[in-house]
Amino acid sequence: MKSVQIELKNVHKAFGKKVVLDGVDLTVHKGESVVIIGGSGTGKSVTLKCILGLLKPDKGSVKFNGNQIGMLFQGAALFDSLSVWENVAFAVLQQSGMTREKAKKIAIQNLAEVGLKPEVADVYPADLSGGMKKRVGLARAIATKPDTLFFDEPTTGLDPIMSDVINDLIVNSVKKLGATALTITHDMQSAKKIADRIAMLYEGKIIWMGTVKELEKTKNPYVRQFVAGSSKGPIQMQVKADE
Amino acid sequence: MQQFLTFLNTLGGVMTRFFYATGELAIFTGKVIGACVKRPFYFKELIRQLVEIGFYSLPVVALTTLFSGMVIAIQTYEAVSKFSAEGAVSMVVLVAVTRELAPVMAALMVAGRIGAAMAAEIGTMQVTEQIDALTTLNTNPFKYLIAPRVLAGVLMMPVLVLIGDVLGVCGGYMVGVYKMDFNATTYLVNTWNYLRPMDIISGMTKAAVFGFIIALMGCYNGFKSKGGAQGVGQATTNAVVSASILILIFNYLLTEAFFNM
Repeated sequence: MKSVQIELKNVHKAFGKKVVLDGVDLTVHKGESVVIIGGSGTGKSVTLKCILGLLKPDKGSVKFNGNQIGMLFQGAALFDSLSVWENVAFAVLQQSGMTREKAKKIAIQNLAEVGLKPEVADVYPADLSGGMKKRVGLARAIATKPDTLFFDEPTTGLDPIMSDVINDLIVNSVKKLGATALTITHDMQSAKKIADRIAMLYEGKIIWMGTVKELEKTKNPYVRQFVAGSSKGPIQMQVKADE
Repeated sequence: MQQFLTFLNTLGGVMTRFFYATGELAIFTGKVIGACVKRPFYFKELIRQLVEIGFYSLPVVALTTLFSGMVIAIQTYEAVSKFSAEGAVSMVVLVAVTRELAPVMAALMVAGRIGAAMAAEIGTMQVTEQIDALTTLNTNPFKYLIAPRVLAGVLMMPVLVLIGDVLGVCGGYMVGVYKMDFNATTYLVNTWNYLRPMDIISGMTKAAVFGFIIALMGCYNGFKSKGGAQGVGQATTNAVVSASILILIFNYLLTEAFFNM
């Protein structure tokens, strides 16, 4: 049995009267890639922020046994005032005191790993397309060779081909680093490609967890409806403000 | 009775929000001061902010203080000439510029220029998750983003005000000598004779406090911004308005402390 890298026990989080997480239990083992799926507003991002320490849970415990993390944000979250290579080398420059020349060389290597040419290094994030921003974000996430990677909606806003490119890059990066990965997404293609195990979050709780094969055979009506992308089923979308 | 209860309920809500915001600002200020005095220090960021606040604010501060000195000279001349006390013009210009006009005018101009820019930049970073990204890259946003801005505000505002003092007095000199036909040497000698170190020290102390307020309110409002473009716009407005009000309140308190106690 592999050791536990991330463990959430009975995690609760509310914003005012709105309960977002209502007792989330989740275990991610070392070297495993887990994807959390769920509709918009079900608490996926809040779960991730609780693990990262960006939000403090109201109740419950979050244990993280990793050393170094890398995170790919939904909008890439690149620093506007820094060039692409400075973004990629940010943590290396801040933490190791490495010279800028050496850090730039390493950043260019990281960019090559995500399929970007050296010419991109001196460009600013504002001049990049959405797909390129995601690649730079991924290069930044893997730059410190982390043992745990987090991906927040890695394919949102991308065309299907670019989504597949990003999925491949994620799978390769996780394999190459031997890292543990936790992804949140509502893109089922992406989830099936990236995941060893998939967990479904609904109304603040993990209501199902299993492998990709188990996902295809499950009889859980919530999971079936979500995977099929059907409007008919137990998951009712809020269409009016007062509902 | 019902109306009274509604009034009490509204008042309670307003007071709760006020004390909540005050407490939040106090905690934020404590974190900022902690970040300013503890390692690591980001000197490159500090230098960038020193240049941004000091060098790029210089033209606007210079023009403001120069014309303020000129206006004070004209107004003072208008008032004192009725009592044949024209000789007091240089003294009034000196006192008004060094004690009040240079620090307050410079601070209000810098609040509009730098406070707004800080709130917009940090607010945009907040709503686009760049601040969260900093945290995941093992970098404390208070140390990397806020401490250099606050330190630069505290360090550069006195420098700007000192330059503003000189230009304000020059403005008064220009009006006095070239418009009112004062003797140039007499004007300068009078100014020098009336110059007291406390006038300069009080102005520069005020400037340092105002610099802290401007940077703190810019960073605080930016850091707390939510939503998208509207949230950032609101944060920018709040930063300038709150900094301007606090500058005027603290100007009174510091004036009391320096000259009336």
